[in-house]
Amino acid sequence: MATKSDKAVKISQKHLLGIQDLSISDVNHILSEAKQFINLNRSKNKKLETLRGKTQINLFFEPSTRTQSSFELAGKRLGADVMSMNIVNSAIKKGETLIDTAMTLNAMHPNLIVVRHQDSGACNLLSQKVNCAVINAGDGRREHPTQALLDALTIIEKKGKVQGLRIAICGDILHSRVARSNIYLLNMLGAELNIIGPTNLMPKDLEKFGVNKFSDMKKGLKDCDIVMMLRLQNERMNSSFLSSNREYYEYYGLTPDKLDYAKKDALIMHPGPMNRGIEIDTNLADDINKSVIQEQVELGVAVRMACLKIFCE
Amino acid sequence: MKKKYFLNANIIDPQNSLDEVGGLIINEEGKIEAIGKKVNENNIPSREKYINLKGKHLFPGIVDMRVFVGEPGFEYKENFRTLSNAALSGGVTSVVTMPNTNPVIDNVSMVDFLKRRGRDKSKINIFPTASLTKNLEGTNMTEFGLLQKKGIVGFTDGIKTIQNSRLMSRIMNSSHDLNSLIIQHAEDSHLAENGMMNDGIISTKLGLQGIPEVAEKIIIERDLALLNEYRCRYHISQISSAKSVGVINEKKQFLKFSCGVSINNLSLNENDIGDFRTFLKLSPPLRTEDDRLSLVDGLNKKTIDVIVSDHKPEDEEQKRLTFAKAATGASGIETLLSLSLELFHNGSVKLNTIIEALTSNPAKILKINKGNLSIGNDADFCIVDINKPWIVKTENLVSKSKNTSIENKKLQGKVISTFVNGEELYKI
Repeated sequence: MATKSDKAVKISQKHLLGIQDLSISDVNHILSEAKQFINLNRSKNKKLETLRGKTQINLFFEPSTRTQSSFELAGKRLGADVMSMNIVNSAIKKGETLIDTAMTLNAMHPNLIVVRHQDSGACNLLSQKVNCAVINAGDGRREHPTQALLDALTIIEKKGKVQGLRIAICGDILHSRVARSNIYLLNMLGAELNIIGPTNLMPKDLEKFGVNKFSDMKKGLKDCDIVMMLRLQNERMNSSFLSSNREYYEYYGLTPDKLDYAKKDALIMHPGPMNRGIEIDTNLADDINKSVIQEQVELGVAVRMACLKIFCE
Repeated sequence: MKKKYFLNANIIDPQNSLDEVGGLIINEEGKIEAIGKKVNENNIPSREKYINLKGKHLFPGIVDMRVFVGEPGFEYKENFRTLSNAALSGGVTSVVTMPNTNPVIDNVSMVDFLKRRGRDKSKINIFPTASLTKNLEGTNMTEFGLLQKKGIVGFTDGIKTIQNSRLMSRIMNSSHDLNSLIIQHAEDSHLAENGMMNDGIISTKLGLQGIPEVAEKIIIERDLALLNEYRCRYHISQISSAKSVGVINEKKQFLKFSCGVSINNLSLNENDIGDFRTFLKLSPPLRTEDDRLSLVDGLNKKTIDVIVSDHKPEDEEQKRLTFAKAATGASGIETLLSLSLELFHNGSVKLNTIIEALTSNPAKILKINKGNLSIGNDADFCIVDINKPWIVKTENLVSKSKNTSIENKKLQGKVISTFVNGEELYKI
């Protein structure tokens, strides 16, 4: 629980663009704030007045269910006025550029803009043009900081700490912003990271980030405390990375026999949405003793409340 | 035109192995009458005035082998008038223009148009290239022979590469028959697909699609394998990596061809992209510092023959976008010489080597009588204070497009004046 002295902690950044920009004290500050909201979210009355009178705009250029609703709910529970921009009907479809959209929204004096965009660096560009705080809800394949923070919070809730754990991140690393943000964050928090995937789905020079690279899933899963599965991002695949989904499942799908290589009490995580039967066995995904996928969604709201509160200040 | 006299300049003319303090006399027709240390006050009639260039350098006018002009089709980015003003302010007196216009320079009537516009609007010498294939589609060859007769100096698809090996072999055969110059932009389109920058730790960090070095190497190796079978005048437009330097160095031992490099790749590296600076989205991409050092080494060892500006004007709207959507290329003709001089000032390349790569080497490859100060030639030259410090400011750029890759960079060395056909067309 946060004490009064924690309140004095200032975040080092104006915007939440990526884990790359955060210091360890920034991360601890966000996580300790988030912990306070977990119980609130489980209680009957969930509404606070922390952000009363503040305006939050959700600007989603890419389809999203859980992240967008999670941010929307987080803002509303803190008492902010939340507006979600429907890109399908917006001027962007009429050819307006990102910067012009940003300037237009900026003129309405929001306190927070939450952005998801298909291009890496879109939030950085936007943040240079607006006066309010920009929260990155996923930009291209670069970063998805709140997802990494909620993953860390879930691990801490279940395992008590991140330090010293062996964590596997498995799947389509190349196209994954979740993987990148988690690599920065979990590295910072002292985990040992095993990154698993077919070489075709690994970005260049990944080992320079201080992680272990595996193309053999069983070797990579050995003695892991956490197995984080990633979604196979078919929509980003414009050329042949893999031969077929069934071969992918054979070698990189999380199945009970592969999970046996991890520790007995290993937990399964997935940022969603899942492709059942492609990257994860459907029974494993639903196994309440092993899978913490629902908890991730739950804690996501708490983490986003913390981020909104901290960056609005 | 009156005769003009210059004395006491540091003259460098690599083609004539001239590197000495001396004078220059320009005759009434704007041709070079005399040059070198033999030209002193005694050669000047007593009633004539002369310009004392003590402490200044005098170089042949620069020949820039890779320049994009917006005419026709993209006049809002750059036209012949703005291009020639920008060129003159950088000491460039001859440019080779790329055919990537709209419409494409791929037929004889387009060449007539270009020549007319060039003659009416440009103050510098325009040497146009035409495309290798019709409409840059990479399928059907253009009419090398007929286009050449109209004044085309070389053939290239500019920003595109001939991917089809059979077509490339046929292009080489035609080039052999017609003695045409083939200029290849070396990049395998599949390996580079959707690529935006060098493939490496920075691209992984920024989440941007990388272009591996091998995309360049594979085309160079293929072309040189073909060249071994089908000899012709072949030039690699510009290279970016240590691996390419290695291949070219090896093949130059037994094959005759030439190779260029963009001043951007000689001076900058991928770290300069920083926080998604779209002005540094270039093709070929900026690579690592090791690659840059290899390119510098390649220039010193004559593996690389030519330095180009790769001047690609883009309006601000095309750059104020996300990195993925931003246009590729940087404006650079007016900073080409000053940025090259940085390599001299920091001790990495000899001045003579730099000037050679900017003047006589490109002229020899193109088979044009430019880039030298031989007696009887057009007096195209620039006078340079190689120590003068200045800062690149967007608002001071002459080019119509301000997309410089080196905004706010401190440079040492500035063109004082530029002459074409003996006439001073630029003065600081």
